[in-house]
Amino acid sequence: MRRLLGPRMLPLAATGLVVVLLYLAAGAKFHDSNWFTYRVLRDLVVNNGVLGVLAIGMTFVILSGGIDLSIGSTVAFVGILSATLLGQGWSPPAVITLSLVCGVALGALMGWLVASFDLPPFMVTLGGMFLMRGVTLLINDSQIAITHPTYLASGKWPIHPAAGAWLIALVVALYLLHYTRFGRNIYAVGGSEQSALLMGLPVWRTKVAVYACCSLFAAFAGVAQSFVSLSGDSTQGVAQEMDAIAAVVIGGTLLTGGRGYVAGTVLGVLILGLIQSAIIFANINSWWTRIGIGLLLLIFVLLQRAIQQRVDRQ
Amino acid sequence: MAQPPQPSPESTPLLSMTGIVKQFPGVRALDGVDFQVRRGEIHSLMGQNGAGKSTLLKVLTGVYTRDAGQMLLDGRVISPRSPLEAQGEGISTVYQEVNLIPDLSVAENIVLGRQTQRFGFIDWRAARRQADAALARLDLQLDVSASLNSYSIAIQQMVAIARALDEECSLLVLDEPTSSLDQQEVARLFGVLRRLRDDGLGIVFVTHFLDQVYQISDTITVLRNGRLVGEWPAAEFSRIELIARMLGRDPASLTEAEAGAAPPSPVAAAEAARLVAHQLGRRGQLQPVDVEVGAGEVLGLGGLLGSGRTELARLLFGLDRADSGRVELAGRAVRRGQPRSAIAAGMGYSSEDRKVEGIIPELSVRENLILALASKRGLWRRLGRAAQEALADRYIQALGIATPDAEKRISELSGGNQQKVLLARWLAAEPSLLILDEPTRGIDVGAKAEIMALVADLKARGMSVVFISSELEEVVRSSDRIMVLCDRAALGELRGESKTEQAMLARIASAHQEVSGG
Repeated sequence: MRRLLGPRMLPLAATGLVVVLLYLAAGAKFHDSNWFTYRVLRDLVVNNGVLGVLAIGMTFVILSGGIDLSIGSTVAFVGILSATLLGQGWSPPAVITLSLVCGVALGALMGWLVASFDLPPFMVTLGGMFLMRGVTLLINDSQIAITHPTYLASGKWPIHPAAGAWLIALVVALYLLHYTRFGRNIYAVGGSEQSALLMGLPVWRTKVAVYACCSLFAAFAGVAQSFVSLSGDSTQGVAQEMDAIAAVVIGGTLLTGGRGYVAGTVLGVLILGLIQSAIIFANINSWWTRIGIGLLLLIFVLLQRAIQQRVDRQ
Repeated sequence: MAQPPQPSPESTPLLSMTGIVKQFPGVRALDGVDFQVRRGEIHSLMGQNGAGKSTLLKVLTGVYTRDAGQMLLDGRVISPRSPLEAQGEGISTVYQEVNLIPDLSVAENIVLGRQTQRFGFIDWRAARRQADAALARLDLQLDVSASLNSYSIAIQQMVAIARALDEECSLLVLDEPTSSLDQQEVARLFGVLRRLRDDGLGIVFVTHFLDQVYQISDTITVLRNGRLVGEWPAAEFSRIELIARMLGRDPASLTEAEAGAAPPSPVAAAEAARLVAHQLGRRGQLQPVDVEVGAGEVLGLGGLLGSGRTELARLLFGLDRADSGRVELAGRAVRRGQPRSAIAAGMGYSSEDRKVEGIIPELSVRENLILALASKRGLWRRLGRAAQEALADRYIQALGIATPDAEKRISELSGGNQQKVLLARWLAAEPSLLILDEPTRGIDVGAKAEIMALVADLKARGMSVVFISSELEEVVRSSDRIMVLCDRAALGELRGESKTEQAMLARIASAHQEVSGG
């Protein structure tokens, strides 16, 4: 409890409180509807599982002080690749493995460019974004249905594929970030790259691995997406990287790097999801979701700055 | 293979650098320097600007690679090519700025990169124990799970040392670790260093504070102009001799000089002084001083590098915000930390670092020249092009700036001429007080003489000047009075008969004796 209310965990606890309050407030407004049902909570997790995985991957990059704009395109690429190869008779394990390998390869390439040539991550991953979207459209510029029995059977799984993917991603990320040297080096590089170098930490290796990791999570999200939508769609995931960035920032991770938690990112995704659900329940124009997220993002950034300044002054 | 006979470990130095050469384009930063550190010794490395101290440290810690010479640690030849490799050899460095990760916990900052792992998981309890043990070596007890930035800079510095020691180091290099510490914190750090020395560690210590050198060191090595001047046991090396060696003077001629400088006293000027600064100071930068400069008077600031000369200039001009005292120019109060206010009151400051803080290389001579004036006049009273050109031509003539025309890019001029443009910049703004910080650094002899003549001319025309130079002789020649500074505090004033280079050095040296004796 003391740790939870300490200066480092306080922002996270506050964000958690916001999630609960938001949920209760929406419940008070829609008390005559079925807001307080298992179904709503289940949909909240299921509908945001893919974004949840993406945002977790994004947390790695942002913690290291970088950014990755290519993840939305990677989701589309994996979807189209899976649908095409499954249609040609590939087995699901082979397709999934290839997808993940492609993700790691793309991420490692971008990480190598960022780390070796000191290029701005924004530009490198913007390049990656166009590249992956282009390759996707080259393979197929429309939608391909997936009819493989394994995929069709996923509806009968004990856990929804999107929810399962989110859970797996969360456990893996918690382990990597908090219980491995690699994870701690990410925090160090994001906190102060110069210091990390002088402390003798493997900065180059960490940076490359961070981007590889993020793209791996993105490819994994793409696999989950193809199970959920049972199709590959070349327009999938447009601007989804922006949602992921918003979730990470709302979750309390500093865009400058070095400070933040995966758990916060999960809360950030839940907040975005709650806004969306509430707006659907209120039956108003869905563009209000965007407006809501936009305003919330600005408020959260301000709030974080205020909390940060208080902590720093102590 | 037959081992050569090894001398006993007591007699081999821990570190032995011989004939180290480091060449940069156009400069030989190190020219065959020898440097030795023994076990259980705190060794101060001293020298003025450009002596080669920092280059030598960078060669030692793997930031630079040497061009020639040999480096032995514990009898082994080493050639570190990065700070990481130097650490692997047992050379740990603590820098002036704390190079740790402020957001992570103290424990993590100590064990980062060397965490104990169990079954692929970091063992956080072991990490905290390891950190506690490392801090215990320094007699320090902290809550190691609190984040580093919740502690003072001094404690953070200690954590950096604890991390360095946790790395199995045999040689600890401290590069100006005390510059942001107060006296108590310094005392605490020194206590730790003495313990480590008694444990047999070799410690290299670099600082600008002469006093601290004598408090802590066993041995002093002096460098000058990239060459070794010599190595002395601190106890047998008098302060005046140290200063003389750093400046390249003959110590014999100095010891005879009388230390009889006037004690700090207010100016007994008949008319009110033009510049009055009362108890001006800033924690960690300058102890409060009183400064007065009359009309048509040149006040020289004398002292070694790091003595507080530039710090005083920056406080006067408001580049750094003073946390005590006030400044008045011609009866007008200058607002703290606001150079614009200083300029409006009639002050000008030509900074020490011409390249970084002075010229704007891409602009022409004319554009560089009108900058201060334009800023003084403000956005709405722009100077017409014709007026600008006339002004530029006038100063090019008056100061003898060697340029074909006013439109030439300033970066294409020589150092001396750039300096003249900077002077012209301030002169064009017609200040009543001009601060010149190292106006003669890095320019040729002829240009130096011209700048000095210009200072005399300004003085004759009634301008007040604060003159700073590392060349004590220049300060003596061009100033009416000299304020002597040392270790970030004013020591007193020299004027009239006593205003000599010898007296200035004696004053600096004797101040140290008084402080450490008392």
